[in-house]
Amino acid sequence: MGTAAESLTVTEDATENVSADLPTPDGDTGTTGPDRRPVERVVVLAGGLSHEREVSLRSGRRVADALRGTGIEVFVHDVDASLLPFLDEIKPDVVWPLLHGASGEDGSIGDVLELLGIDYVGTGPRASRAAWNKPIAKNVVLGAGIDTPDYVTLPQSLFRELGAQPVLDAVVGRLGLPLVVKPTRGGSALGVTLVRRAEDLPRAMVDCFSYGDIALIERAVEGTEIAVSVVDGPDGPEALPAVEIVTDGTYDYDARYNPGRTRYYAPARLTPEIARHVGDVAVRAHVALGLRGLSRTDLIVDADGNAQFLEVNVAPGMTETSLFPQAAQAAGRDLGDLYRAIVTQGVNRRAASR
Amino acid sequence: MRASEIRALFAVANRPEVVSLAGGMPYLEGLPLDVIAAAMQKLVATRGTTVLQYGSGQGDESLREKIVDVVRLEGIDCHPDDVVVTTGSQQALDLVTRIFIDPGDVIVAEAPSYVGALGVFRSYQADIVHVPLDEHGLVPEALEETLTRLAAEGRRVKLLYTVPNFHNPAGVTLSAERRPRILEIAQRFGVLVIEDNPYGLLGFDGDPLPAMRSLDDQGVLYLGSFSKTFAPGYRVGWVVAPHAVREKLVLASESAILCPSNASQLAIATYLETCDWQGQIKQFRELYRERRDAMIGALSEYLPSASWNVPDGGFYTWVKLPDGLDARSMLPRAVTARVAYVPGTAFYADGTGADHVRLSYCFPTPERIREGVRRFAGVVSAERDLVDLFGTSGAQDPDLTDVENPGPNLA
Repeated sequence: MGTAAESLTVTEDATENVSADLPTPDGDTGTTGPDRRPVERVVVLAGGLSHEREVSLRSGRRVADALRGTGIEVFVHDVDASLLPFLDEIKPDVVWPLLHGASGEDGSIGDVLELLGIDYVGTGPRASRAAWNKPIAKNVVLGAGIDTPDYVTLPQSLFRELGAQPVLDAVVGRLGLPLVVKPTRGGSALGVTLVRRAEDLPRAMVDCFSYGDIALIERAVEGTEIAVSVVDGPDGPEALPAVEIVTDGTYDYDARYNPGRTRYYAPARLTPEIARHVGDVAVRAHVALGLRGLSRTDLIVDADGNAQFLEVNVAPGMTETSLFPQAAQAAGRDLGDLYRAIVTQGVNRRAASR
Repeated sequence: MRASEIRALFAVANRPEVVSLAGGMPYLEGLPLDVIAAAMQKLVATRGTTVLQYGSGQGDESLREKIVDVVRLEGIDCHPDDVVVTTGSQQALDLVTRIFIDPGDVIVAEAPSYVGALGVFRSYQADIVHVPLDEHGLVPEALEETLTRLAAEGRRVKLLYTVPNFHNPAGVTLSAERRPRILEIAQRFGVLVIEDNPYGLLGFDGDPLPAMRSLDDQGVLYLGSFSKTFAPGYRVGWVVAPHAVREKLVLASESAILCPSNASQLAIATYLETCDWQGQIKQFRELYRERRDAMIGALSEYLPSASWNVPDGGFYTWVKLPDGLDARSMLPRAVTARVAYVPGTAFYADGTGADHVRLSYCFPTPERIREGVRRFAGVVSAERDLVDLFGTSGAQDPDLTDVENPGPNLA
């Protein structure tokens, strides 16, 4: 570690939000018990054929290193034609899909692993599919009483049928400005534009539709950008300390993965009530969406101190500048031990659910 | 879209499902690997303590003698003392720029220009001024006009950077008729010419044109390389430089790297001595010609709405997209369609170029090239629908200082 971004991380009151119930390596909460068997061999899936391949490869290497440090044998493998024979040969105790975008987060890999009877870390296929579709996720959390910015979902075909300008005019008329345009699926802020002027909207639509056929246009909420990571503990999901993101410009792909443009505060500079509120919202979103293992919810805390749900990641980034590891460190957690607890839970989940 | 996003999109290009028309890796499978292996083995066994030792800052003398033979093929008559061996010609670019450029000095370069040179020039805070090229290479009238204007503005122009043969990315060659005219203009304005020539021996028709250096031994720094005619893994290039510059190059190189790799230099010297290197280059030429034909054939068949030049050598086709398209914002769609290219903006220092893409034909097989162009045509067609729908057009590159080309090990 020790990157520039790392050194920008502010870690004060590191223990404030730590839950005592989280599985710990020296405690027995997550690793033993009648149905528990120790994890000796893990396959981390990283890469894939998505726009976020690069991020996934970096996440995979980080997690693999951290797990190896705890004595687990770790293999990192791409999702390609040699994967299934490889899994058959290696027979891992558990697979951790660290795939961002496409087959990683849309649940397909989970489907295949379930077909093969292989234990894996993280959310199951159906819930992944719902969570990774941003409008569906917004709808679900709205139903759970969580605020989310007003939005419309518009496929490219609709613009073709109705003409672009009338539809864009209607969008601005109803939602106002500024707006955020993003593809309904995919992460790392790829294809995302913050639009302040109506005349910039067509360009934002083009950039979005180059990534996918359906656009989510939502009202841009001014406020504090927050990410809350959630980990399943023995007593249910627990929020890690919120991380606050302060970016010079938009928190785009460049700001996310290149040290220097973004300043992170971990834990976020929130009042204790608001810190509890955002943690609560993230846990409620995690539960409402049926997520497992781990997740990260991105929120904006608006001027009234209200957390507005933006999106959730079932396979949060784990790179050296990513938010999940920062949250874990802010909680005083050793990454290797935390990841070990996460894979241990993955290996035993099927046993427990049988 | 920022450069880091573009570079991240290139990450998929090395997956076998993706046809990469983005890279610049030469095709090495035709090399006689067993012969090379045996020669390397013998080299270490017999001369190991030299091979693995430091060498001279200027480069191994036996290799420099051989380089004199290589450049003679393009009409250059020089002495081994005039040659400085570098770690690829990329390092030669770095050394030359380091020696000559103070921040704010002007380097005149073709529009478009090799992206790796632009990166070097930027890192020394040179001010890059583009001069247009056409199907016969750099346009002398435009060069003269630009140098006159810069002189009137009181700007200090130090260097003219040109790739005269099978230009990267434009694919064009500076005509024999223009070569002396360009040199005369440069000389008149007191501008030193960097003749960057990695592809000169990879022409598909006829003999190589005389190098600019063969016409002027004082005003030209000639950069050569074994990366395209043999193998880039050894990282061996060279400069043929006038005496006064050569000493400075050696000192600069010593301060940067002490000396170029002895192991690499002696390996290449052995290869040149023991293998039919000219026959090998001839094979490469035939291989790349076949791929060029596949590229042009596929473009004609699948992408009649675009326009392109037909290169007579080298690795690249420079394709002008139909109006309104933006090569940068189209890249995610290409990745989804499993094809990769380099957006034209990478090759300009002034933010233009979004209306072009560079398609390389050096690495993929002819069948893969056809498939890649077929996919690319689908991408162009879908993106055209989109920009027609929203009435957008190509945008200026928002950040002129960033790097948006793929790394060197991309297929």
